[in-house]
Amino acid sequence: MSDPDRLSLHVPEPAVRPGGQPDFSNVKIPKAGSVPRPEIDVAPEEIRDLAYSIIRVLNRDGEAVGPWAGLLSDDELLAGLKHMMTLRAFDARMVMAQRQGKTSFYMQHLGEEAVSCAFRKALDKGDMNFPTYRQAGLLIADEYPMVEMMNQIFSNESDPLRGRQLPIMYSSKEHGFFTISGNLATQYVQAVGWAMASAIKNDTKIAAAWIGDGSTAESDFHSALVFASTYKAPVILNIVNNQWAISTFQGIARGGSGTFAARGLGFGIPALRVDGNDYLAVYAVAKWAAERARRNLGPTVIEYVTYRVGAHSTSDDPSAYRPKTESEAWPLGDPVLRLKKHLILRGAWSEERHTQAEAEIVDAVIQAQKQAEGHGTLHAGGRPSVRDIFEGVYAEMPPHIRRQRQKAGY
Amino acid sequence: MARMTMIEAVRSAMDVAMGRDDNVVVFGEDVGYFGGVFRCTQGLQAKYGKTRCFDAPISESGIVGTAIGMAAYGLKPCVEIQFADYMYPAYDQITQEAARIRYRSNGDFTCPIVLRMPTGGGIFGGQTHSQSPEALFTHVCGLKVVVPSNPYDAKGLLIASIEDPDPVMFLEPKRLYNGPFDGHHDRPVIPWSKHDLGEVPEGHYTIPIGKAEVRRKGSAVTVVAYGTMVHVALAAAEETGIDAEVIDLRSLLPLDLDAIVQSVEKTGRCVVVHEATLTSGFGGEIASLVQEHCFYHLEAPVVRVAGWDTPYPHAQEWDYFPGPARVGRALVEVMEA
Ligand SMILES: Cc1ncc(C[n+]2csc(CCOP(=O)(O)OP(=O)(O)O)c2C)c(N)n1
Ligand SMILES: [Mg+2]
Repeated sequence: MSDPDRLSLHVPEPAVRPGGQPDFSNVKIPKAGSVPRPEIDVAPEEIRDLAYSIIRVLNRDGEAVGPWAGLLSDDELLAGLKHMMTLRAFDARMVMAQRQGKTSFYMQHLGEEAVSCAFRKALDKGDMNFPTYRQAGLLIADEYPMVEMMNQIFSNESDPLRGRQLPIMYSSKEHGFFTISGNLATQYVQAVGWAMASAIKNDTKIAAAWIGDGSTAESDFHSALVFASTYKAPVILNIVNNQWAISTFQGIARGGSGTFAARGLGFGIPALRVDGNDYLAVYAVAKWAAERARRNLGPTVIEYVTYRVGAHSTSDDPSAYRPKTESEAWPLGDPVLRLKKHLILRGAWSEERHTQAEAEIVDAVIQAQKQAEGHGTLHAGGRPSVRDIFEGVYAEMPPHIRRQRQKAGY
Repeated sequence: MARMTMIEAVRSAMDVAMGRDDNVVVFGEDVGYFGGVFRCTQGLQAKYGKTRCFDAPISESGIVGTAIGMAAYGLKPCVEIQFADYMYPAYDQITQEAARIRYRSNGDFTCPIVLRMPTGGGIFGGQTHSQSPEALFTHVCGLKVVVPSNPYDAKGLLIASIEDPDPVMFLEPKRLYNGPFDGHHDRPVIPWSKHDLGEVPEGHYTIPIGKAEVRRKGSAVTVVAYGTMVHVALAAAEETGIDAEVIDLRSLLPLDLDAIVQSVEKTGRCVVVHEATLTSGFGGEIASLVQEHCFYHLEAPVVRVAGWDTPYPHAQEWDYFPGPARVGRALVEVMEA
């Protein structure tokens, strides 16, 4: 076997594979309320612990506890619950629409709704997100019209992106949502540049960068941290650790680093880990980082510890690489159910109102879908023009593209 | 002989190469336990162990950079880039390093690596799952560039690539993985099991890199194509009734210039077809070689059919894809010129 005088290659493996018993005993979950809340001008070296712990607000009983609690009103929390429920209902309908052939592809957020929905509420109008494909909650929580999202998903005649982009690769400057790229990690460093520009122009706006656990392996992630560190850019560097990158468990990207948040420490950037399934904790930590950025104190790395309950995309079947029941064993629970429980405990919500809200939300999603389908779906009804292929490559169409457009008959 | 899809043929090539040579290692994003998003490496980790077939972090520059290092040690890495569209972070490693290690060290170090990557459109993948970047490789001195059009060639060419002493870019047209595709997207899919070139030997064999193959003999016009476009060109010839000679290049670099010249000298006409964008595409290289070598045999200008000079759109995929109708029009055009 292993000869002590010989080398051998270490290849990390997840604790369990299909057929095995899901096991998250290696995920250390601190008690809710147990992690301190430092001042926003704290020196990064004084809070190194926060890169290895998990900031949590909601405890098992649904109470909000500890120094990160108490920031949101009943109404704000109810809005947050509805945003998450909307995102979930939206996802369910669109996954179904994909199966029905109304679009080619879809990616859902199941289990991760709190991250983008709560984060959006910590930003102001004018701030800019550089999202990946799994942050549609940023749009939902900013009241971007669902019909517009669906028009894009269906690539129909009202698609704001004229059929050019893969479904869910939205873009909305007005809603602080930078155009999504299919190439991972590229947007992470761009967010830093946007933030540097805001600082160059002595503006008040901040940026938010987004990346998944797996994609932190890309060079652009590391470039982003260098630039953010060097120029103290007003940017929040978000890492969504949902445990999986398609079939690859997070240990392959994390390697010997204890956590993804800890990547920030070597760059002298304050780094916090937060319970990504806890709406209140996500909001509190995002708000802390946003305040730091806005006060010119520089970047913050935040790792959201969560779990990708669904398949990677509609092209993926996770039962091939992880136990089917793994999501049920995930120790941080379900973000919607946890916030619901908290609101009921606060006396601001009830089972009946929840059931009613669910029905209303599903209805609103269905109405939006009907409206969007009236403008066509990928293979039926109204569609973008062939002209749209040729428009928008440049501000002004050069002669060679015009010739090609004419050759295409348009 | 067995019936294989192109996925199975590619997998069988790696299996054969790994079985014959301990130095062959296979890695890339999702290629280990899962066996790759297109399942090309399925079963290889179970058979050869975790240190010969494994998952890589999502870092294409890292994948190619480590492959180069392994090759310098003496291994023969055959790595997967999940989609050709994602090779760009590795472009520095490919063009400035892999391509020139032999030259700059005068053979002191070499770089026998293979980069497999699914290429081309036809699956509604939008602008980041549809690209054909072969010309970005053929413009680099020191790389070999291979694009198979069927399972039989895919296996023989991949084994040859793995055994090759220099870096090979191996582009697998993803729309051909499960069957020949002639561009008629509205017709039922034909599986490789119904095609002669889906017959693939189980064991070791190679197809030399740099040798083209005539897929259809003809006398009226030469069609130069590779990958998916070979099948589109064959359909266009049938549908127009024009007696085209269809050449499947199989390797773009080195290029089988003799096969092209021989054919064009016979037909006097030439159409070049590729899915990649037109401007500065590989078709431009072929067209100028044809005019250099066959000028006095030409009866008409060389015509190129290619993807439009735009990103690959999602919804308008079939308006973008240069299908049999567009190739057919070009055939008519050169015949009438
Ligand atoms: C540069 C690049 N390489 C590979 C891919 C293919 N790819 C798409 S998503 C994905 C996994 C990403 O995982 P993670 O960053 O954890 O995000 P998650 O999907 O879990 O949200 C991969 C490998 C890509 N889109 N871009
Ligand atoms: Mg992930």
